Amino acid sequence: MLGASGLTAANGAFGVIAVGSVPNIFTPASTPADQIYKLALFVLVITGVIFLVVGGLLAYSLVKFRRRPNDDGREPGQIYGSTQIELAWTVIPMLIVLVLFLTTARVIHGIEDAQAPEHALDVTVVGHQFWWEFRYPQYGVVTANELHVPVSDPSSPSPTYLTLLSADVAHSFWVPQLAGKTDVIPNHVNHTWIDPQQPGVYLGQCAMYCGTQHAHMLLRVYVDSRADFDRWIHEQQQPAADDPDVAAGRKIFEVTACVNCHSLRETIADGRFGPDLTHLMSRTTLGAGSMPNTPDGLQRWIENAGAIKPGCQMPAMDLSPQELAELVAYLETLR
Amino acid sequence: MVSQSLPQVGALGSERARQKPWTERAHEWVVTVDHKKLGLMYIFYALVFLVIGGVEATLMRIQLAVPNAHFVSPEAFNELFTMHGTTMIFFVAMPILFGFANYLVPLMIGAQDMAFPRLNAFSFWMTAFGGLLLYFSFIGGSGVYGAGSAPSVGWWAYAPLTAKAFSPGHSTDYWTLALLVSGIGSIGAGVNLVATVLCMRCRGMTLGKMPLLAWLNLVMGGMVLAGISPLTAAQLMLCVDRYLGGHFFDTQAGGSAVMWMHFFWVFGHPEVYILVIPAFAFASEIIPVFSRKAIFGYPVMVAATVAIAFVSFSVWAHHMFAVGLPSYGNAFFVLTSMVVGVPTGIKIFNWLGTMWGGKIIFATPMLFCIGFLFQFLIGGLTGIMLAAAPFDWQLNDSYFIVAHFHYIIVGGILFTIFAAFYYWYPKFIGRLMDERLGKWHFWLFLIGFHLTFDFMHIPGILGMPRRIYTYEPGRGWGIWNLIVTFGVAFQVAAMLVFVVNLVRSYYKGKPAGNDPWDAWTLEWSTSSPPPEYNFAVPPVVKSRRPLWDLKHPEDPDWQYE
Ligand code: HEC
Ligand code: HEM
Ligand SMILES: [Cu+2]
Ligand SMILES: [Cu+2]
Repeated sequence: MLGASGLTAANGAFGVIAVGSVPNIFTPASTPADQIYKLALFVLVITGVIFLVVGGLLAYSLVKFRRRPNDDGREPGQIYGSTQIELAWTVIPMLIVLVLFLTTARVIHGIEDAQAPEHALDVTVVGHQFWWEFRYPQYGVVTANELHVPVSDPSSPSPTYLTLLSADVAHSFWVPQLAGKTDVIPNHVNHTWIDPQQPGVYLGQCAMYCGTQHAHMLLRVYVDSRADFDRWIHEQQQPAADDPDVAAGRKIFEVTACVNCHSLRETIADGRFGPDLTHLMSRTTLGAGSMPNTPDGLQRWIENAGAIKPGCQMPAMDLSPQELAELVAYLETLR
Repeated sequence: MVSQSLPQVGALGSERARQKPWTERAHEWVVTVDHKKLGLMYIFYALVFLVIGGVEATLMRIQLAVPNAHFVSPEAFNELFTMHGTTMIFFVAMPILFGFANYLVPLMIGAQDMAFPRLNAFSFWMTAFGGLLLYFSFIGGSGVYGAGSAPSVGWWAYAPLTAKAFSPGHSTDYWTLALLVSGIGSIGAGVNLVATVLCMRCRGMTLGKMPLLAWLNLVMGGMVLAGISPLTAAQLMLCVDRYLGGHFFDTQAGGSAVMWMHFFWVFGHPEVYILVIPAFAFASEIIPVFSRKAIFGYPVMVAATVAIAFVSFSVWAHHMFAVGLPSYGNAFFVLTSMVVGVPTGIKIFNWLGTMWGGKIIFATPMLFCIGFLFQFLIGGLTGIMLAAAPFDWQLNDSYFIVAHFHYIIVGGILFTIFAAFYYWYPKFIGRLMDERLGKWHFWLFLIGFHLTFDFMHIPGILGMPRRIYTYEPGRGWGIWNLIVTFGVAFQVAAMLVFVVNLVRSYYKGKPAGNDPWDAWTLEWSTSSPPPEYNFAVPPVVKSRRPLWDLKHPEDPDWQYE
């Protein structure tokens, strides 16, 4: 059951992926994450004080009441309890609990019961074994693994409301800097929202064990300026490229099983088992963040996705080298 | 008022037993219904699985030490954490605690055996078969290629990952059946503990004069009855789904994945307290003896335990804060989860009160209890953080949570189990464990524990989810994972020292005598190891510390109770 090769660090298959940003929950960039951050600081202070007091008393008693080398051998005075003391250390924790509870309940309400403003962006997120589908019902756009949302200006917020669905097993949607996680459960519609206030790329990852490749179910959120976002939506709405130079590749695509699993607008491909490929080349990664989206990478992926992401749901396609080259040439035009 | 009588009996049958041929002795162990033999068998069985679970943990940590490692395959990693978690909870922690309870409860309440000796044997063998069934999946659990495989659904086995569509083959069935079978064993053990404590106490031992260990195991037994049943029910439903075409959890046919979560955690959270209450029991016996003071606030300790037991059945959905419960539902479970911290805190304060003004002796059992106090304090405080639901939305299912529950399970429960070994081994075997090796064990384990589990919180805060078999470089997680794995080396070394100590002391340990720690409860009044029926004449007690009364006739406890 052990893999053969032992420890080899950074072998290249996944090597160049990280965007360099560490998704630290203490560097929030959106209101829900920020509210959690503030609550976290409050809880950390209270628990920190409790730790210092109780831990301090504990350490003190260990030193103070250790048996000394010159001990007289007599038993210490036996004390069986004290009602006042017991009462004190029951009531004080109760008060602390009350304060913590009220503070927490307020934050829960603030995040969970927030109402979407009228001009909020709606996105439907569908978790699949082991990739993310993003649908923009207001715009008729479908993409995968890379979510684009507009930056939200605190003075006139334009948050994004996400509806979470699952196509198979349970997953969990987690972009630490934008919001806490919300599980993505089949037969159970969930919601969450974000309003990122800094343009940039935010890294997230499926947080609920969902099978073999749970580890490579990454997602990135591109927070664009309003203009960039509008341009991106516009490009995504365009029909798929149909370049006559790569007609051979398109033909191969259309007669291979690809079409059963993938959608590609204006072709016969309308599968929903795998990511939508209409604008494949507008994405920076392949296989839910498993590798950069380069021509060479694309070729290796289609040749045998399982060699890159073992256990993923895309089968090796057994194409001849020439077919493969033509197919990849076609896919590369899908900007 | 009854007067006190504590016969000091010698070892009756044990010398004779040693001369029999080994086949006959082995046969005696297999057919035994003696609570002490069964207790030792539980403990031995659990130790074997502790080593197996430890090896699995070590393999996982080697894989995660550096980014993009290829030490084990993704499938193997997923099998490892499933087997490790299932093994550690059901075939290490539960049986080892049942083992100590089995051995100690009758002795400490002055009984000759458990209430139902045959049920006791049955329970042990059910538990034992459960573990074998789980591991048989390596041979019989035909995976995709017909070869053996292990379950890879995680120890909560969330639906619908367990459905035939997503987990073909039989390994998931072995997981289900293993827990069903061992669950029946646990329920038997729970019935037996409750009946024993309620019906078998010696004369003079009212409920209020029982040692805390008996009280806490009574509560634990009751929790087993209420807690294991939903798990058993859920496993049966899963079997129906997988084999009879049921749709309880089959989301593709309208079943509910969330229902499995409720069933599992209605069991799962009380389970944590089923494990930690016996750990509290060890601490409540050991800390007083090595502080040379009576336990502080006995009635409060009992009340706090009972309170924990009740409240812990109403907190389960704190494992489901991210599931999308309505806000008032989440708030309710925030409240109950924080409230359960109050009686738990009270216990810590009472142990502190016991040490206060005492003369603390830093023998190995006490060292492990002190480790327990500090670590349990920290684990409890990270628990408060997790109970604050929004904070949990970030921390849940990340490495922070793995660090948190290992702080409780290893830093709390396992530490007191080690304390219990050093403390009661002389009673079990008749020889003391070696103190020097014991100190090595303690310090190595303490260093290893903190290297591993302190630093494990950090990658969780940096967004590292649990149950991932690898991660890319450049995400800021590498260095922390390396330190975490480095700590495991210390823990492995500590475990080796422990095993050497167990074996060596069996042959060469200092003879213990009846009462090596100058302690106060009934088990120390009989020989080490105790004779077959524990006490030649049933003891009669007047207070919670009968041996204190005997040793201090001028100032006996019963004057104050
Ligand atoms: C059995 C269904 C299936 C077939 C047939 C299939 N794929 Fe896939 N494909 C998938 C799945 C599922 C994924 C997502 C894998 C993952 O990330 O875990 C995927 C991913 C991809 C990706 C990466 C997309 C992205 O944005 O990450 C490309 C490109 C791709 N497939 C191209 C093809 C081509 C070309 C063919 C035909 C030669 C093909 N696929 C055949 C199921 C299939
Ligand atoms: C002492 C050394 C130990 C080490 C180094 C260790 C390490 C680990 C690791 C690496 C994981 C996997 C985390 C993940 O990928 O999500 C894990 C999970 C777990 N461990 Fe341990 N562990 C140890 C001891 C224990 C003990 C003693 C217990 C219980 C008695 C325990 C109970 C669990 C459980 C319940 C899980 C969850 C399994 C799952 O995710 O399904 N561990 N441990
Ligand atoms: Cu996942
Ligand atoms: Cu819990």
